[in-house]
Amino acid sequence: MLARLATKRLLEVRQIFRQNHQTSRSFSTALNYHLDSPDNNPSIPWEFTNANKEKVKEILSHYPSNYKQSAVIPLLDLAQQQHGGWLPVSAMDAVAKVIEVAPIRVYEVATFYSMFNRAKVGKYHLLVCGTTPCMIRGSREIEDALLKHLGVKRNEVTKDGLFSVGEMECMGCCVNAPMITVADYSTGSEGYTYNYYEDLTPKRVVEIVEMLRRGEKPPHGTQNPQRTRCGPEGGNTTLLGEPKAPPCRDLDAC
Amino acid sequence: MGLGLIASRALRPAILHRSSRVLASQNPITRTITSTPELQNPEAATAQPDSPPDLPPRTPVAGARIHFSKPDDAIEVFVDGYPVKIPKGMTVLQACEVAGVDIPRFCYHSRLSIAGNCRMCLVEVEKSPKPVASCAMPALPGMKIKTSTPVAKKAREGVMEFLLMNHPLDCPICDQGGECDLQDQSMAFGSDRGRFTDMKRSVVDKNLGPLVKTVMTRCIQCTRCVRFATEVAGVQDLGMLGRGSGEEIGTYVEKLMTSELSGNVIDICPVGALTSKPFAFKARNWELKGTETIDVTDAVGSNIRIDSRGPEVMRILPRLNEDINEEWISDKTRFCYDGLKRQRLNDPMIRGADGRFKPVSWRDALAVVAEVAHQVKPKEIVGIAGQLSDAESMMALKDFLNKMGSNNVLCEGNGSHPCADLRSGYLLNSNIAGLEKADVFLLVGTQPRVEAPMVNARIRKTVQATHAKVGYIGPATDFNYDHQHLGTGPQTLLEIAEGRHPFCSAILNAKNPAIVVGAGLFERGDKDAIFAAVETIAKLGKVIRPDWNGLNVLLLNAAQAAALDLGLVPESSKSIESAKFLYLMGADDVNMEKVPDDAFVVYQGHHGDQSVYRANVILPAAAFSEKEGTYENTEGCTQQTLPAVPTVGDARDDWKIIRALSEVAGVQLPYDTLGAIRSRIKTVAPNLYNMDEREAATFSTLLKPELSEKMSLSAFGSAVENFYMTDSITRASKIMAQCSATLLKK
Repeated sequence: MLARLATKRLLEVRQIFRQNHQTSRSFSTALNYHLDSPDNNPSIPWEFTNANKEKVKEILSHYPSNYKQSAVIPLLDLAQQQHGGWLPVSAMDAVAKVIEVAPIRVYEVATFYSMFNRAKVGKYHLLVCGTTPCMIRGSREIEDALLKHLGVKRNEVTKDGLFSVGEMECMGCCVNAPMITVADYSTGSEGYTYNYYEDLTPKRVVEIVEMLRRGEKPPHGTQNPQRTRCGPEGGNTTLLGEPKAPPCRDLDAC
Repeated sequence: MGLGLIASRALRPAILHRSSRVLASQNPITRTITSTPELQNPEAATAQPDSPPDLPPRTPVAGARIHFSKPDDAIEVFVDGYPVKIPKGMTVLQACEVAGVDIPRFCYHSRLSIAGNCRMCLVEVEKSPKPVASCAMPALPGMKIKTSTPVAKKAREGVMEFLLMNHPLDCPICDQGGECDLQDQSMAFGSDRGRFTDMKRSVVDKNLGPLVKTVMTRCIQCTRCVRFATEVAGVQDLGMLGRGSGEEIGTYVEKLMTSELSGNVIDICPVGALTSKPFAFKARNWELKGTETIDVTDAVGSNIRIDSRGPEVMRILPRLNEDINEEWISDKTRFCYDGLKRQRLNDPMIRGADGRFKPVSWRDALAVVAEVAHQVKPKEIVGIAGQLSDAESMMALKDFLNKMGSNNVLCEGNGSHPCADLRSGYLLNSNIAGLEKADVFLLVGTQPRVEAPMVNARIRKTVQATHAKVGYIGPATDFNYDHQHLGTGPQTLLEIAEGRHPFCSAILNAKNPAIVVGAGLFERGDKDAIFAAVETIAKLGKVIRPDWNGLNVLLLNAAQAAALDLGLVPESSKSIESAKFLYLMGADDVNMEKVPDDAFVVYQGHHGDQSVYRANVILPAAAFSEKEGTYENTEGCTQQTLPAVPTVGDARDDWKIIRALSEVAGVQLPYDTLGAIRSRIKTVAPNLYNMDEREAATFSTLLKPELSEKMSLSAFGSAVENFYMTDSITRASKIMAQCSATLLKK
């Protein structure tokens, strides 16, 4: 009896945690299957632009002609840049045709990698790092500030089609946490950039968004004026002079 | 109020004030697994000395056979201390099978590529720091494999716990229940409790068409179905989508599985994720009686097991036969069974003056038939055996008609002037398994994918394995392997025969060229000329040699080969047009417009199909699932059906009806048991007497005299218009109707 009551309580406690856990787990690629919609269905024609066709040739030349399928990831990336940051099903079909495999083999790859967006994203896709160091340094507040400022939910695109906010895993900038990445699809695959903005505060991230909205290019990297790259605030505190040479045995003396 | 309840009331305040950590330690769910106490300390257990190899020799699992292609390549490994000799290149799992140890597995399937992703087959190998996945690990000389050590057992138990983590607990409502690999193996190798208390994941079900039901939440991601679809069926529709805990099997875009072999994914699915849609919630497998019989819906004679409950056929499953169907069957074979319950003829009937059928007794029906048969001239009596007829009934029909003075007896599908002189002229001479040796295929007027899916699966297997070239002459059609469409008609055939076609060099350079001629050509008037051209190609390309006979005919129907063996050849090729008394034994594909209006038509068969509309008398007969009958498949292998269910109504076996009719007609046939009629068959075609044996044709068709007939230049047609509906059983089947509506290409 006692045990049963205890179990019940435990399950209740877990339930609370679980709800939190599940809301935080949604990528821009939530569904692993495709639902036809007016802007995303296999009957929409899709082709690489002429400029990108040259790039396709270049990419394919990296691989032996009998292993064309190796080019699937770079080609999907190119298609995503060309299509404003996301991959409609007809783009995946086009890639499948180029590398001469069945479309399902391309769908498998595109669904596996969370950086391939299979739903529409904004011209500036803002990805907030949610991994532990950034989370401890306040990435939740950064995200809340972004969502509140833009008035959208996660993975939703703003009405003007400019911004969307998503989450991603660690990008290795933990020393400058918290950080976001801005994937800039506003100029197609030519002007595509993928920049990190580090050492953010909720205020600074809103400023960056506004600069992007005005078409400016905010300086990427750390946003803390006191820091240079990933160095300490206010300049170096150690390693100020020339370091001493490592102690070595005098081999000649032996 | 029970004592426990009172106690709990008294205790409640105390419970609520305690910390959750204390509660957790009392929680039965979070208790550690202690089902096998010795597993708690695997190192100590392994330290025990190995038992000396004085074990009695064990029999290999499931008759696992080893074939040493080179005797020097044999290596010796030790499985649980028992030495076995295996060829180089075998995996650890196969070595264990040879040694008689059945390793649990989910993703490994002997006919598919190795995935190694379920990890259920972990075994301990001496000097290996971790347990190894035996299905993907090649066996090395002197390897010491241990399959039942605490390390291996614990590894399996752990894998099983992970597999069951997201597997729903719906065995009571699952159709796989009772024949589920996961169920069986969790009983044998799993723990008695799990430690997982979170929510299980759920996955959206996919629509794969009218045959395969999906409950994707049950899927354990073994990828057997993906590999089957890609490698064997040749349709790249299924894939593994997503990653991690979101991983699922699917087609991504809404797509039906349009393969003629799609039903086999039901068999290879180790859990209940892919089950049979028509069989869903119909029966439990332990209630079913299995009858080992053969399939008659095409000429391959796939080995099947009919599962029945009482008088009803519940489902059809494949049986293993390496020489014919391996372990697959086509969808038509598997799902035609509901046709056996519909449109059945269950009483003898006579068409009255008002044009309506009236049920009568057998005595009256046979008396009427016998009377009419005596009123017409013997030459005007014609008998036609249907495509599902067994050898016994065809023998009886021929004997009966001969006794009546007529020799106009034929089998539908063989054309109006069949050539039964040389067996090699109508058999698949290089046999089905032998097709794997061929390196060039020339398909003449045959679409094996719809005519004989199992033969097509062999050709595909060969093409996949050896990149054999395939040339095809005939109307544009679907292939699931690389092929060259050389042309549509006899013109191309002539070009090849005269050596003017580029494909000639492929045939000339081939080691084992195989020519497959479709039996659809039997119906053409210029059949002999076409066969002469094919024989010229065969001579040219040295297709027929003492060690290799690559000149093949791919038959369409189960009855064809036996009919030709028994000599069901009509005297005149215009027999049907001049018939006054037509005896149709299950023949439904006869062009009834050719039959004169004043002809008396007797239909003996099991289904009210096309010919019944023209029949004057109906004699109900038994279907293949209800009788013992001999069939010869397209490669000349004699097999028999066994009765799985009782016949419907007043129906009788075909040969018994004809035997009874002969007595009423006063020309009594000299046999009245199955044994006696088989002895009679033995005198005509001895090969039909040796069950489950393939009797190869002894004389090659090259013995035939030269022929100078002209070919017409009309293109070859397709013999099978609708794969799902080819005979009276499949035409009566609702499932087959659904398939033709949804799966056939428009």
